[in-house]
Amino acid sequence: MATVRLSFSPAPVHVRTARLVGVAVARRAGVAEELLDEVRLAIGEACTRAVTLHRQYGLADLVTVEMSDSDSYTVRVIDHAPIEASVGLAKLPPDELADESLTDDALTTGVGFALLAGFVDDLQVRPVEDGPGTEVRMIWPVARR
Amino acid sequence: MELSLATRTVAEHTVLEVGGEVDVYTAPRLRERLIELVDAGARDVVVDLERVEFLDSTGLGVLVGALKRLRTAQGTFGLVCAKEPLLKIFRITALDQVFPIFPTVEAATERDGSGPAS
Repeated sequence: MATVRLSFSPAPVHVRTARLVGVAVARRAGVAEELLDEVRLAIGEACTRAVTLHRQYGLADLVTVEMSDSDSYTVRVIDHAPIEASVGLAKLPPDELADESLTDDALTTGVGFALLAGFVDDLQVRPVEDGPGTEVRMIWPVARR
Repeated sequence: MELSLATRTVAEHTVLEVGGEVDVYTAPRLRERLIELVDAGARDVVVDLERVEFLDSTGLGVLVGALKRLRTAQGTFGLVCAKEPLLKIFRITALDQVFPIFPTVEAATERDGSGPAS
């Protein structure tokens, strides 16, 4: 089992780095080539969500991305924002997407979650075990070599 | 790849050609450019996504913002996108039901091509 752990300050510029590392590790782990675009998007969405929450709450804590390839490729994105911030992760119905009353933040959050749910078959969002925060866990199958 | 933005006029439409990665870091620049265009009087706007390599929820939020802005200004807003990975993103988020999406700039800029921004 190989594990790669990346921690970064909650700045938007680092999300791209997390995507690049996440895809590189996925490729090395044996995730099918045709899934890599989805891995890239999903890791980006999970990290964007974490960065946005940290900035919203003025938290300087690092966001952590942990990638492991034991039996499958598992990516955990961990934030430290208060747990109640995670409430509201729901897919928006089409007729509300361009509604004037919907704020940009609410739209982006809803769309981001729709992308996560749409691209990751095995997705879990749960509280971290110690202290405040949420873990977004995503799992993809790997081909054994 | 960094975000690239280039504007041209095609058949009385303002076409914003976007290239590279549109994400939480670069999307604010796209938002600023779209606001500038509308503030400068553009009313029939087409965003060409053919050279976009990555698009996330933040970028999608910016495009919805532009659609709303043009709707308020009695304008039109359309997207050009023929790449399957990007089209899948629009389908999964149901935004394919919100944006007029065309396969080419020519199709998007035909007279009344982009229709009302609704």
